[in-house]
Amino acid sequence: MNVLTASDFASDQDVRWCPGCGDYSVLKQVQTILPEIGTPPHEVVFVSGIGCSSRFPYYLNTYGLHGIHGRATSIATGLKMLRPELSVWVVTGDGDSLSIGGNQLIHMLRRNPDIQVLLFNNEIYGLTKGQYSPTSEVGKNTKSSPWGSVDHPFNPLALALGADATFVARAIDRDPVGLRSVLLEAAKHRGTSLVEIYQNCNVFNDGAFEPYSDKQRRDRTRLMLKAGEPLIFGEKREWGIKLDGYEPLVVDLSNHGVDGLWIHDPADRTKASILSRFFGDPENEGDLPRPFGVLYAEKRACYEDLVHAQILRARAEKPSGSLDELVAGSNTWLIEG
Amino acid sequence: METTEIVQATILFAGDSGDGMQLTGFQFSNTSALHGNDLSTFPDFPAEIRAPAGTVSGVSGFKIHFGSVEIHTPGSKVDTLVAMNAAALRKYVAELKDRGMAIVNRGGFDSRNLKLAGYSEGEDPIAELRERGFELIDVDMSRLSKEALVDSGLGNREAERSKNMFALGLVYWLYQRDVSPSERFLSERFKKQPELLEANLKVLKAGYHYGETAEVFNHRYSVAPAHLPPGRYRNITGNEGLALGLIAGAEIAGLSLYYAGYPITPASDILHELAKHKARGVISFQAEDEIAAITSAIGAAFGGALATTATSGPGMALKTEALGLAVMLELPLVVINVQRGGPSTGLPTKTEQSDLLQAVHGRNGEAPLVVLAAHSPRDCFDTAYLACKIALEHMVPVIVLSDGYIGNGAEPWKLPLEDHLAPIEPPLHLSGTPYAPYSRNEKGVRPWAIPGSVGAEHRIGGLEKQDVSGNVSYEAENHEKMVRLRAEKVARVADFLEPASVEAGRGNARVLVLGWGSTHGAIRTAVENLNQAGFELDQVHLRAIHPFPKGLGELLENRSAVLVPELNLGQLLGLLRAEFPKVEFVGLNKVKGLPFSTSEIEKAAAELLAQYSEL
Repeated sequence: MNVLTASDFASDQDVRWCPGCGDYSVLKQVQTILPEIGTPPHEVVFVSGIGCSSRFPYYLNTYGLHGIHGRATSIATGLKMLRPELSVWVVTGDGDSLSIGGNQLIHMLRRNPDIQVLLFNNEIYGLTKGQYSPTSEVGKNTKSSPWGSVDHPFNPLALALGADATFVARAIDRDPVGLRSVLLEAAKHRGTSLVEIYQNCNVFNDGAFEPYSDKQRRDRTRLMLKAGEPLIFGEKREWGIKLDGYEPLVVDLSNHGVDGLWIHDPADRTKASILSRFFGDPENEGDLPRPFGVLYAEKRACYEDLVHAQILRARAEKPSGSLDELVAGSNTWLIEG
Repeated sequence: METTEIVQATILFAGDSGDGMQLTGFQFSNTSALHGNDLSTFPDFPAEIRAPAGTVSGVSGFKIHFGSVEIHTPGSKVDTLVAMNAAALRKYVAELKDRGMAIVNRGGFDSRNLKLAGYSEGEDPIAELRERGFELIDVDMSRLSKEALVDSGLGNREAERSKNMFALGLVYWLYQRDVSPSERFLSERFKKQPELLEANLKVLKAGYHYGETAEVFNHRYSVAPAHLPPGRYRNITGNEGLALGLIAGAEIAGLSLYYAGYPITPASDILHELAKHKARGVISFQAEDEIAAITSAIGAAFGGALATTATSGPGMALKTEALGLAVMLELPLVVINVQRGGPSTGLPTKTEQSDLLQAVHGRNGEAPLVVLAAHSPRDCFDTAYLACKIALEHMVPVIVLSDGYIGNGAEPWKLPLEDHLAPIEPPLHLSGTPYAPYSRNEKGVRPWAIPGSVGAEHRIGGLEKQDVSGNVSYEAENHEKMVRLRAEKVARVADFLEPASVEAGRGNARVLVLGWGSTHGAIRTAVENLNQAGFELDQVHLRAIHPFPKGLGELLENRSAVLVPELNLGQLLGLLRAEFPKVEFVGLNKVKGLPFSTSEIEKAAAELLAQYSEL
């Protein structure tokens, strides 16, 4: 059997994102992990909505459907229900799935089909040239908010947990190693994997995530999650986080020690919920660092499995006859010629 | 007792929403169908689930027109009105024929009922019936039902609830119907509640025996079986017929049926019907909204299913953008619109034909698709099946228009046989061979490669695409070419449709009536009646509206006038005038949430005939 490589998954189309766009990094990581996952290109489908990130499927040599705004999630749900054996991915953005497609996203999460959702969050509308998005911060100055946005932004991961998502993770374009690891975990997860990817739009919102990518700052602002390990951050890993009841507290490890620190357990829904609320500006005095990695992963039946199990049950309990019998129903009469 | 032989009759069962009138009417229809009558039914119920009891707005009615002759409509004027309370009488008394029979439940006419129905103090609507020359059968069905169940152990209220069975039994006696089909039905329905079963059976018989012994009637009626074409029959509602047509389409094509729907009146029964058939592999999906319903279906179509969805007007509006995507992707998709009164929420439980232009034109861009219309409950199966065949063989979305009148109405239906259904052969791509997603066959149809096909990996989307390769293209010449290719593909569907033909009349009349959808029965009856009365009038009824069937122009030319009755303000009329500018079209339009009566069509056609015979 031929070993698949990244080039097996690259299409012949020129990639047309702006030079320097964070999308390139995500595309590269996806092309790298697909051969590792091992599903051949003809059994992989990428579905997208509308927006810069939604051009993604054109650049992969798999099956692809570039849909309409906000509905990639439901297109993918229908496809997965019909063809559970396919590897189905959704590529979407903050406008696509948190604004116009908000309903489709939350309903997909509660149903939990085995689909990977890559939510490119750049906190701006890029393709329409720079309006504030549902993840833009209050006060953001854009073409459509010259006096600053007055909209309270979504916290995407808290939203996902609120919709009972079974896999919730965060990554950032400038950390290819972390992104790769999260993507592999997402692919492994049975159920809907929601991966929020902080993605820099260098044209309309440059530097939005610099606090988490800048080498000078990121060790203080990022909390890199690893299952079974304590929550520690800082340039010299000098800070830890412990829980006082439901209250997270930052402690100085030089006079605290690692005992009693919060140990990351992605199966713990309550703790995941608290982690998702680490959402302030970590460069503000007293605010918590932003978690990256897998916040939450839960085993729950996949939608398509439930749908097909029901079909099998119906077949076993109430076998159906011929088409003629079905059409006739239970009450017929004969008119003689 | 004298028996009068009649060829047809119309009965209307009416009562409070909670009185079980739909069930009563349905039972009478079923029994009459088993008796061999042709029939047509029309349920009429309030939009509210529990409208205020006893009021006119809470009245639920079920009309049955049955006969020993062919029946095309649920009838207009009523021979026998069964009114279970004062509000029911008030709502429907105007539908009673001169000298028709009113069977009233005296127990539903106490002072409270009279007041709730809006009668003023001292008014006696029952006495008024007699004064106006109606044949009055005045029975206290509430009391008689309770008395029949006095030893049953049921409470007064529960006992009184079975009064609909009393009415049914009484009408069975009047029309000499067999009670055993209803006995079988009740035995099945109440098999886990023996007390209720016994009570209902007892009251059904009590009603029947009351007819026989109480001497309130001075004659009975008999309606002989109709001379229907030989074969096996069942009763079918329009919504059931559509659901079965979709299942048949998928099975004959050898594909999975994917159906997604969001609950909406009056289309929900299609979802209910398909949800029952999981054992046949039907994937029925109740989506979170209309948009998810159609877009999930597009995902399933990409995956290789016969993908389908159904809704009504407002839901259709929400599906518009996705319909455009399906046009652009050139994937097969069947979208059913069981129309209701509009615009907006409109009249959810009433019928209308006002979504025709929405179906034909209601999308951004040049986005042609195929539009078919079913014309009666028994036509629904064939229309849905044809929609599946066209969608799959021409890689195109097909809209099927039905309406509330067809969807909830029922008729006897001669069963189709699997062996006689036309084959369905979608242009599936052969795995392992070279694939160009937007290459075309001799019909102008692109090949369908589904995920899993080796070597056919491809990307499609809503962006304009290069001819043949399907790559994204913004090139000017290519865009116009693709727009024209998509339009031509839809236009060429007409080559595969039955050509237009005259279905009633001698074929050369100067005046022709051209309709579509549920107006069929009223038009047919009107055309037959006028021909029998010595006038010359032809009827053409369209199943395909976009594209029009071949030969339509030839049928319309050389007529003095073409009457176009529609339950809208002239939507088909506008399309016809644009397509056939030389033909004299005259619209007959009604937008009351109600179907045409035969006499309305007769009157308009007769006026037109008079006008042109004077020339």
